[in-house]
Amino acid sequence: MTAHYLVLSGLLFAIGALGVLIRRNAIVVFMCVELMLNACNLAFVTFARQHGNLEGQIIAFFVMVVAAAEVVVGLAIIVTIFRTRRSASVDDANLLKY
Amino acid sequence: MNGVIEAPTIEYGALAPLLLVFGAAVLGVLVEAFAPRYLRRAIHMPLTLLSLLGAFALVIVTVVKGDLAETAAAMGAVAIDGPALFIWGVVLILSAVCVLMINDEGHFVASAAAVPGSSEEEEAEAAGSEHTEIYPLVLFAVGGMMLFPASNDLLTMFVALEVMSLPLYLLCGLARRRRLLSQEASMKYFLLGAFSSAFFLYGAAMIYGFAGTVSLTGISKALGTSGLLDPLLMIGLALLGVGLLFKIGAAPFQAWKPDVYQGAPTPITALMASGTLVAAVGAVLRVFWVGLGNLDWNWRPVMWAVAALTMIIGSVLAITQTDIKRMLAYSSIAHAGFLLIGVMATYDKAGQNSGSLSAILFYLLVYSLTTVGAFAVVTLVRDPGGEAWHLSRWAGLGKRSPVLAGVFAFFLLAFAGIPLTSGFFGKYAVFTAALGSGMESGDSLGGWMTGLVVLGVVASAVAAFFYVRVIVLMFFSEPAADGPTIAVPSMGTVAVITVALLVTVGVGLFPQPVLDLANQAASGLFIR
Repeated sequence: MTAHYLVLSGLLFAIGALGVLIRRNAIVVFMCVELMLNACNLAFVTFARQHGNLEGQIIAFFVMVVAAAEVVVGLAIIVTIFRTRRSASVDDANLLKY
Repeated sequence: MNGVIEAPTIEYGALAPLLLVFGAAVLGVLVEAFAPRYLRRAIHMPLTLLSLLGAFALVIVTVVKGDLAETAAAMGAVAIDGPALFIWGVVLILSAVCVLMINDEGHFVASAAAVPGSSEEEEAEAAGSEHTEIYPLVLFAVGGMMLFPASNDLLTMFVALEVMSLPLYLLCGLARRRRLLSQEASMKYFLLGAFSSAFFLYGAAMIYGFAGTVSLTGISKALGTSGLLDPLLMIGLALLGVGLLFKIGAAPFQAWKPDVYQGAPTPITALMASGTLVAAVGAVLRVFWVGLGNLDWNWRPVMWAVAALTMIIGSVLAITQTDIKRMLAYSSIAHAGFLLIGVMATYDKAGQNSGSLSAILFYLLVYSLTTVGAFAVVTLVRDPGGEAWHLSRWAGLGKRSPVLAGVFAFFLLAFAGIPLTSGFFGKYAVFTAALGSGMESGDSLGGWMTGLVVLGVVASAVAAFFYVRVIVLMFFSEPAADGPTIAVPSMGTVAVITVALLVTVGVGLFPQPVLDLANQAASGLFIR
């Protein structure tokens, strides 16, 4: 029964991880991270259903709160970079290397 | 699911150090909101320092009273045991010391929202403003660093991980000089950190799917009753490992470390290089020893490869560095590898593990304090445009300022693990524990562990090469005519360097009291 949801969650996670690796815009990269967190939530809720306990559902709420906090911090950082460089591309930020 | 919700029991007494730090952080936010700008610094500094020292005093009181609970506090969420209290003590000392450095003028940006080089920035600097949000952010990060190694279930651990990391992402971007580098460090740290914590969380979800609970105790029990090759468990183990190893900067997840350590304001680098590493190693130990301890035949080979790779990458790439902060970052990667050797040194009989645990705790204490001292010295060597990071600028420092160069040389020797410094005993303890655990098993594992320790010794020798190279550069080359100036250190920075030096020398000469303390903290192992 719950297998489909797990497959979906795995797919979402993979799409998110792939997006982080191949996309160039910091905002899109960040959205892909959020997609990965949502995949986690789906997995937690599915397993909660499967095991018949509420722990997984409660965790999902905590993850949402943490994700919201992460958005605040992340957007602040990305917007600051954008104002300085007029670009949110992760390729342009290349001063720190070697 | 029976519909009756019972009120949880919270052990406020045991949790007091943690609550004090978080409480002070919240108060700090209120100060930021209501106190007039000119008063904020004067309120923040004592508030921050007193809460950290107060929490340290509470930890001491708990240790002296000595009746530690047998089960985890707060309904099994936070394990306050010997190792956790030891790590709390170390983190609180480190952060108090770092706050003294953070309090110095001129490290942090006048207005983070102003674009670098704009007229707004000039105005903000002319007005003499400086962000005071630094203090509550540091307190939140320190609270997270305390909760992270003490959390007894994966949810608490995930929340602690984020509470520790989110303020650090911001703090990295607030350097006053070289703001482009600082902002870039902040973005890289944030994106990679968020990426890795998503892996941690998915790993936690998989393990929840396997065990039906995220409590480390429950996971350990589930491992005892069911097959150990469940795919969910294997995926979960791997993903959890990625998230945790990223935080300690182990290869192949070390790429962020040099960039972030270089770009961040140096006092924050000191806090990250010491506090975050201590907290993350504590969390790694708790997950792999308490939660997944029965699975050690599965994770040890991977950990072996990671430890080996981390030591090699850390010490070899450090040789090629021309920037002092990047060099220290690679040295920190190499030390993470040495610590992982200790993490692998588990025995079949749980009672013997306390030897390995105490070795790791000892290593963490001495290494982190030396690190803070080294970064404190870096803040003092300055060019007109900020700190002098390029190694060529450090040439001849020994002739210009023999005391400072001597202190720095001593810290470097401690990193290298030269006898009569604290670093020697740290490495010795960890390597001995690893050899012992290999011998005990009496099969092929013994050879593998011996090989790893030999690799560790070789990596230490390679590392010693580049530490000594810096010392030679400082003492045996002529200073440039337009060499860097040595800033007159503030009281705070003097205190930081003195504390770090005293511990490095003191523990190097008389390691026994600290070893005893670590042994005592490790004797009860982790509570389950």
